[in-house]
Amino acid sequence: MKAAVIVFPASNCDRDVKVALERTEGVEPVMVWHKETEIPKVDLIVLPGGFAFGDYLRCGAIAAHSPVMYEVRQRADKGVPILGICNGFQILTEAGLLPGTLLQNAGLKFLSQDVHLKVLTSQSLFTNRYEAGQTIRVPIAHHEGNYFADKDTLNRLEDNGQIAFRYCTEQGEVTAEANPNGAARNIAGIFNGSKTILGLMPHPERLADPALGGTDGKALFDGIAEALS
Amino acid sequence: MKAKIHITLKNGVLDPQGKAIANALGSLGFKGVDGVRQGKYIEIELAETDPGKARADVEAMCRKLLANTVIENYAIDFVG
Repeated sequence: MKAAVIVFPASNCDRDVKVALERTEGVEPVMVWHKETEIPKVDLIVLPGGFAFGDYLRCGAIAAHSPVMYEVRQRADKGVPILGICNGFQILTEAGLLPGTLLQNAGLKFLSQDVHLKVLTSQSLFTNRYEAGQTIRVPIAHHEGNYFADKDTLNRLEDNGQIAFRYCTEQGEVTAEANPNGAARNIAGIFNGSKTILGLMPHPERLADPALGGTDGKALFDGIAEALS
Repeated sequence: MKAKIHITLKNGVLDPQGKAIANALGSLGFKGVDGVRQGKYIEIELAETDPGKARADVEAMCRKLLANTVIENYAIDFVG
């Protein structure tokens, strides 16, 4: 399968995710500059982490209107899977492809640390290599990761099974103490209604190789490759 | 014509910066600060001279880019 990694000015995890994809069997990544108006025929589009356009105005607000995003929307409408990590998640919400938004961390600090996540479902092309209820360890590195949506939207996400990951303790308990950034209902990642789009604040590509200190993120890429190959 | 735009967080949206400012005012000895909400102020110089058209343009700018209406309200004033 082919995957396009969209590169914005000040994306900084584009190469990390490219390496994670390259090391996934059967995946061939291509890099696409944000000014492109066409994306090659691919099976997956990845919006990587970073600080696109310096996060001016709001995180992801300016990137959401980059020329390439018109094509990303078109592909999304056709059901092409899209993965947004960290800044990529922020861009997806600003582009209206995922509901809600990411506010500044409740504690006001930039957070760079490993967190534990509870996988809510294995019934998606992104999470099929995990088990529902499994706890994984993945790093976060963000200043605006505090997921916010109104109550009706949050209830809808829960009722439709659109919550992919929640922050939890190492033992898998979803508690206020395990919530690093104040995210509503400990939400770390969500799907769109058809589960073809996943946005998450943590960085699975940063723990996808034993040399990086862990491999819990690798199953996400393996799962995608298996589902789309 | 100049548009002056105030962008503020909607009620119920957490504003940790506002809270930090309120705490700082308290520690500086200012009493009676019940709450602080922080927002953005944007000025836009417009070539448009027709007030109706200018308002429609700036409204569109606010909805499309300047404000995120999931969490923010905006108010527009014109001068000149």
